[in-house]
Amino acid sequence: MTGKIKKTHRVEIIADECKGCGRCINACPKKVLEMGTVFNFMGTTYAVYKGSGCIGCGGCFYACPEPGAISVIEISEDDNEVQQ
Amino acid sequence: MSERVKFSRSKGFFEIFERRPGAVKKNMSYCPGCGHGILHKLIAEAIADFGIQDRTTLIAPVGCSVFAYYYFDCFGIQVPHGRSAAVATGLTRANPEGIVIGYQGDGDLAAIGFNNFIQAANRGENYCVFFVNNAIYGMTGGQMAPTSLIGQKTTTSPYGRNAANEGFPLKVCEMTAQLEAPVYVERVALTSTANIMKARQAVRKAVKNNIDKKGFSLVEFLSGCPVNLKFDASQMDEFIDKEMTKYFPLGVFKDESTQREPNIRPVPVYDTEKVREAMFPLKIGQGVSDDYRCASKIFDRELRIKIAGFGGQGVLSLGLIIAAMGKQRNFNVSWLPSYGPEMRGGTANCAIIVNREAIGSPIVDSNCDLLIILNKPSLDKYVQELSPSGILLYDSSTIETPPELDGGQSVFSLDATNIAEEFGNLKCANSIMLGALAAILKAKFLDEVDTADIDGLVADALTECFTGKEKIVKMNIEAYQLGLNKMFGNIADV
Repeated sequence: MTGKIKKTHRVEIIADECKGCGRCINACPKKVLEMGTVFNFMGTTYAVYKGSGCIGCGGCFYACPEPGAISVIEISEDDNEVQQ
Repeated sequence: MSERVKFSRSKGFFEIFERRPGAVKKNMSYCPGCGHGILHKLIAEAIADFGIQDRTTLIAPVGCSVFAYYYFDCFGIQVPHGRSAAVATGLTRANPEGIVIGYQGDGDLAAIGFNNFIQAANRGENYCVFFVNNAIYGMTGGQMAPTSLIGQKTTTSPYGRNAANEGFPLKVCEMTAQLEAPVYVERVALTSTANIMKARQAVRKAVKNNIDKKGFSLVEFLSGCPVNLKFDASQMDEFIDKEMTKYFPLGVFKDESTQREPNIRPVPVYDTEKVREAMFPLKIGQGVSDDYRCASKIFDRELRIKIAGFGGQGVLSLGLIIAAMGKQRNFNVSWLPSYGPEMRGGTANCAIIVNREAIGSPIVDSNCDLLIILNKPSLDKYVQELSPSGILLYDSSTIETPPELDGGQSVFSLDATNIAEEFGNLKCANSIMLGALAAILKAKFLDEVDTADIDGLVADALTECFTGKEKIVKMNIEAYQLGLNKMFGNIADV
């Protein structure tokens, strides 16, 4: 028996591929991305995910000029599993 | 609980950019916030989703995206500045099943390559152009582009672009949409998510048109160059959305994707024999076997011939006929015409070299073995080029006083123009001269075998030079016979 599937999302940002332009932060409708405070390999600060609130729209992915700096992951949680 | 990657690195990109210098081989060489990266992602996604990577060629421009072929997992070619459309034409004509994407910037497309581009658009070549308009020359350091806005300060317009001085920004989409052939023209902006999604649809539509062979598609992208325009990401988007779109309005300018039938061009021919048949349809004359060699001694070395006269006297044609004769008897020949821009009426000359071995230079400016002269100015100019043992043949109806030579040379003349006038066609003077030449060769220079051969050879060469014009060939053969007989008479008199 399958219960109701709950979907959440999260953003993964690869620090060394980010150049810190901030386009993803502007594009995010829920404002769940922010500019980090530490430097990456290239010596720039990079965008980070605040940890919750992503709706998986992909706006940040398409706004980002780098091919793979941003990935958006969809997490499916079965209610039954949660109860168990 | 399960996880699924919803958005991530497209399969249209290489997994690792091996050719990219530096340590981070996963990201591209563009500045932070550059529009190129955004468009690259849209293109990579489209070619991966349509499953056409194995037959797609991306033409990288000159500009910041010059290394676009480092990134895309498809065929890539880098072309000279602005020549994208010319190369794309060749690619799509040679391989109609291939998908060709021209990626061009505003310098590449709107400045140096605009004629290439607009002609390809007008021919409706089956490929798509992605035109990145960032209103500035990015790679070279922020000079004014044809698409720079009025009042925009760049390094080469420090007081702002002034229409009175630098003209107006070029509206490429509007101009292209006026043409009959293009099937799809749209301008989009790479700014907000909504605009990027429109751009994504435009890219897919253009590529789909290409796959369906619908013809030429152009998508213009208003794109940011935050470094050269000295903006941050939000200021950049604001500049594009508020300033650029005022002059470059977004939208579809032309879309006939659904009405158009696929444009099927003739199948290219690659078979060597078929190409030869198409280009040289006639088998001229009897021909000779590959090891045929003319017996006469004069053919043992390189023969250098110059023919000169007024344009319109048939100087160049006479040269062509002589070259064709050489070609038909297994010689290597070269024919180099030289004439003034005024063509008919000006002086003209041509140089012919006949050699069994390879010919080095086609130029004849000294040691000329045979000089055929049809007017006085040419005689004065070229007579010193005659070799000490050379032959001079001139038209005595235009040159009344015979030239003074050191001796050693053989000099012959025939009043060819007068004879041609009597014959009824002045244009035949050159064939009459050819007859005269044949008479001289027969009487003085050729062995018996070659003497017998020459009349048929001339007929074959005339047929080759005037392919399909039987009347002209017939008339010229008559003129040739006339010249031959008259010259024989002259030689006998001497």
